[in-house]
Amino acid sequence: MPAVTYVSADGAREQVELAVGTTLKDGALENGIDGIVAECGGNAMCATCHVYVDEAWIERLPERSEVEDELLESTASERTAASRLSCQIKVSDELEGLVVQLPEEQE
Amino acid sequence: MTTVIVGAGHAGFQGAATLRQRGYEGAITLVAGELGLPYQRPPLSKDLLHGETTAEAVAFRPAAFYEKKGIGLRAGDPVTGIDRGARHVDLASGTRLPYKQLVIATGARNRELAVPGTDLDGVLALRSLTEAKALAERLGAARSVAVIGGGFIGLEVAAAANQHGARVTVIEALERTMARVVSPLMAAHVTGVHEQHGTAVMLGGRVAALLDDGDGRVAGVELKDGSRVEADLVVVAVGIVPDVELADAAGLRLENGIVVDEHLRTEDPAIWAIGDCAAFPLPNGGARVRLESVQNAADHARTAAAGILGSSIPYDATPWFWTNQHSCRVQIAGLVAGHDEAVVRGDRSAGAFSVFCFRGDDLLGVESVNAPRDHLAARKLLAGRTTLSREQAADPASDLKALAAAGQPDPVA
Ligand SMILES: Cc1cc2nc3c(=O)[nH]c(=O)nc-3n(C[C@H](O)[C@H](O)[C@H](O)COP(=O)(O)OP(=O)(O)OC[C@H]3O[C@@H](n4cnc5c(N)ncnc54)[C@H](O)[C@@H]3O)c2cc1C
Ligand code: FES
Repeated sequence: MPAVTYVSADGAREQVELAVGTTLKDGALENGIDGIVAECGGNAMCATCHVYVDEAWIERLPERSEVEDELLESTASERTAASRLSCQIKVSDELEGLVVQLPEEQE
Repeated sequence: MTTVIVGAGHAGFQGAATLRQRGYEGAITLVAGELGLPYQRPPLSKDLLHGETTAEAVAFRPAAFYEKKGIGLRAGDPVTGIDRGARHVDLASGTRLPYKQLVIATGARNRELAVPGTDLDGVLALRSLTEAKALAERLGAARSVAVIGGGFIGLEVAAAANQHGARVTVIEALERTMARVVSPLMAAHVTGVHEQHGTAVMLGGRVAALLDDGDGRVAGVELKDGSRVEADLVVVAVGIVPDVELADAAGLRLENGIVVDEHLRTEDPAIWAIGDCAAFPLPNGGARVRLESVQNAADHARTAAAGILGSSIPYDATPWFWTNQHSCRVQIAGLVAGHDEAVVRGDRSAGAFSVFCFRGDDLLGVESVNAPRDHLAARKLLAGRTTLSREQAADPASDLKALAAAGQPDPVA
């Protein structure tokens, strides 16, 4: 199972192993990692599951869909080149070692 | 400082989470009428019925969350009474909980169908996880399914039953489906998609009775005109009624829901009501409404939590909603009821378009099907100060996003 590290807004790091196919959102919620709201339950409707992927990973993740891209315009914390919606990214073997940072605010 | 939240649905859960997230230091007790972990409802009529998620996966958060956040979850022990004078609530177990602030988030329950036969085996409804599991189990084996009620939930169930291979009939009493919440144009489009999949949609169908097969199992539906629809599974989805009995018994004012002000506070300053059970005033002196959506529940919860923490910012969120039926991913922004003109943007025949609903020059709401970008722009348009003309709405070359951005209040420096 690929290991993913979540870094909270205050810098605390937590590494968890996630089953392939799990979304980064579910991976965080199931492991009690704070900082994700996910109001719409992963339907790409709410933008409260925003994360920043570590720089090294920006290019290595599957591209954003148009909808994800649009929705990222409505995040509570600033959007950057590293911004993604964690409900739209599924864990795969290629993502072993992924590091994502949680934003200050989601709502 | 103690806050008691009654009901652990979308509103109650979010209220507890937001209070903690914003630094509330008092005790929080979240009283859930149902056993088990608090859960989300949208997947119950969608992914769960399609076998794409499990009953465990619909929980908002694992049990550890409540412990970590210091949220006292009391599951399966409903509140039976509120004593406003003494400021405490009583639970079914006999426990008494004092409160400084009380949040009523009791939601709603299914409206019952007042005809003979609703207690037959094979007659189901859908609101709770338990009901969803029962329905998911039966859908696999059902050969013919009658869905009574052509609202969102009825139609989502119809789509799932159809995809499980059953012969499906939707019986709607009104002259169109989803009449309360979508335009005739969007309703006709989505209904057409159901029909293309082989589902029969009966409009103006008045149910007289559910029929017994002689062994206590349902055999079908009899309509008032004497016709019959054969079915070995009947799903009743004729809307909901807000759960207001507690508030009523406590002497709080009701008006199709628990009456609250623009802060979601009832006439008792220590009591708030949020979500499906709350009748609240629309911003800018608008009418009092009661809405049934996740957005409404969660945004209400945020406003009430902020209020408990001392904020006085009134509620003014733009409503949004979604429903998935067959290939139609429908998203609605605003409230379209009362519109007098519907302007289409996009290609109806391709099944990806939006309906802009105007009353006079006011844009009331936008319904999008498989057009999520329109939906997101519409949410911004409705929240901002842009006036959109019908021509701009209809012209696919007009940039909605840019128009919406132009109408946004200036970012706070
Ligand atoms: C099958 C289904 C699909 C849906 N799909 C969508 C969708 O796609 N999009 C969308 O936006 N909305 C959808 N909705 C609507 C949405 O789920 C509701 O608007 C939302 O759940 C309202 O939240 P709430 O907390 O106000 O009420 P509820 O979720 O109903 O929660 C209220 C809770 O209070 C509890 N309660 C009641 N009385 C007491 C008491 N005395 N003591 C303790 N607890 C009590 C109840 O058991 C219940 O768990 C759907 C609803 C259903 C049923
Ligand atoms: S959970 Fe709502 S957009 Fe990701």
